[in-house]
Amino acid sequence: MSAVATDLQHAVEDAAAHLYVWALKDIPQDLRDALAEAQKRETSVPGQRVLSTIMKNVAIADEEQNLVCQDTGIAVYTCRVGEDFPLHPARIYEALKHGTERATVEHPLRSNAVHTITRENTGPNTGYRLPIVHWEFIADWDGLDVKCVPKGSGSENMSFLKMCIPADGVKGIKQFVLESIVGAGGKPCPPGIVGVGIGGSADYAMYLAKEAIARPVGTRNPDPIVAQLEDELFGLLNETGIGPMGLGGDVTVLQCHIEHADTHMTLNPVAVNYQCWAARRASAHISADGDIDYDREA
Amino acid sequence: MATHEVTFPITDEREILKLRAGDEVTVQGHIIGIRDRTQIRIFDQGVEPPMDLRGAFLLHTAPGVRKLEDGRYEKVCIGTTTSARMVRFTEPLGAQYGVRAICGKGGFPDEAIEPMRTLGMVYFAIVGGAAALETTQIEEIEEVAWEELMPECLWRFRVKDFGPLTVGIDAHGNSLYHDVQSAAQEKLKELYARL
Repeated sequence: MSAVATDLQHAVEDAAAHLYVWALKDIPQDLRDALAEAQKRETSVPGQRVLSTIMKNVAIADEEQNLVCQDTGIAVYTCRVGEDFPLHPARIYEALKHGTERATVEHPLRSNAVHTITRENTGPNTGYRLPIVHWEFIADWDGLDVKCVPKGSGSENMSFLKMCIPADGVKGIKQFVLESIVGAGGKPCPPGIVGVGIGGSADYAMYLAKEAIARPVGTRNPDPIVAQLEDELFGLLNETGIGPMGLGGDVTVLQCHIEHADTHMTLNPVAVNYQCWAARRASAHISADGDIDYDREA
Repeated sequence: MATHEVTFPITDEREILKLRAGDEVTVQGHIIGIRDRTQIRIFDQGVEPPMDLRGAFLLHTAPGVRKLEDGRYEKVCIGTTTSARMVRFTEPLGAQYGVRAICGKGGFPDEAIEPMRTLGMVYFAIVGGAAALETTQIEEIEEVAWEELMPECLWRFRVKDFGPLTVGIDAHGNSLYHDVQSAAQEKLKELYARL
C-alpha cells in the first residue's frame, strides 16, 4: 500500500469514528423539523405526552452531549465511491470497521454485536460481516461519500417482505405496507420513517427499503410515479390511528420513502424497513487528498 | 386521565389498583433493570435471582455503562427496549416473585392482560428512544448482579421523577394497545376499500 493510501485509509477511519458518535448524539435538522411538525399536529393526550417527551429528550441530548437513544444499533454505512478515489473498497471497508471499533471503545458505546447462534459478543460493534456497508460506484469522480446510519433493533425487528404477484398490482403493495405498520404497532418507536423497497428481487427490495430510510426526511423519489405513491402512503399510514409509541393518535409516521428497481415480469416484491423516530444518520464527503467535509443535511 | 406519583418497591397493593390505562405516572424510589437473557436465566435455566423482586418495578433495559476502578458502574446512557419479546415472563414474574410493574416500550400483546388483572400488575409505557432524558432520571446504579450477562445483567437503579410514563395495561383488564389495535384493524378495512 502506498503512503497516500495509508493516509487516506486513516482519514476514512477518522470519518467513520466521528460519524458513528455524531449520528448517535445529534439528529439532523430535517428530522427535528419533522418531529416539531408532528407535535403541532398531534391531538391525543398520550400522543402529545410522547412527542413532548421526545422533544425534551432531543434537547437534553444536545445539552448533555449524550446519546439520543441507548441503542447504538448495528452500524450501517452507505458509501458512494468515485472510480478515481485512490483507496480500494477493501481498504475502505477495513477503515470503516476500525473506525466503528474505535468509536465504541473510546466513547464508550454499548456494544451490541453477537454471534448469531451462540449470542456471544463478537467485538466492539463489529464482527463477521459487521458493520454492514451499502456500495455505489460513481464514474468520472475521485471522491467518497460516507453516510453512517446506526440502526436500532426495535425498528429493525419490524421489517417485512412480501412477494406480491403482478395481479396484486400497486394495491397489493399499499395493503402490505399498511398491514405491516399497523401490525408493528408501538414496537418500532413510532412516529418514524417507513422505508419501502419495491421491485428488483426479494433481497434487493429489502436493500432498497434500507436505502429509503437513510434519505433526508421528506425527500421524494425522482420518479414522479413513485413520488406520488410516497405521498399517498404517507397520508394513509397516518389515518391508521396507531399514534406515537402505539398509544393512539394522529401521527403514526413522520414520512414514507420508497426506492424502486425494475423487476421480472412475474415479480412484484415489496419490502418494508422501519426507522424509529430517532432516525439517526450523519454524512461526510472525503476528497482524494483525504480532506473530510462533514455534512449534516445529506 | 389522572396523574400519579408512585414510589417503588410498593408495599400496598392499592397503589397499583388506582392506576387506569391512559393515566400519567411519575416514579420514585428504586427500579430493577432486566432484559431477555436475564429472564431466560431465571425461568428457562431455573436460576434464582439474587435480588428481592417483591413489589418491584422492572425496566426492560440494557444500559450503556462505564466500569469504575472500584468495580462500581457509572451510567453512560440508559434507555428502554421493546417489551413484546418478553411477554411470556409476565405471569411467573408476578406469581412467583411478586413483581408489580413492568415498564418498557411498544407494549405487551393481549396475553399479558389476564395475568396482570389476576395478579394486580401494571404495564407502564415509556417513550422508547428517549434515553438521554431517562439517563438524567436515573440517579445511581446501586447494584449489579450477573455481570457475565453484560449488558443484560440484573440492575438496581435509584431514580428520581422517572417518567412521564403512561399506564398501557392496568390491573383491571384494560389495555391501550388492545384498544388501539382493534380500532386500527377496523380502520384498515375502510382504507383497503378506498385503494
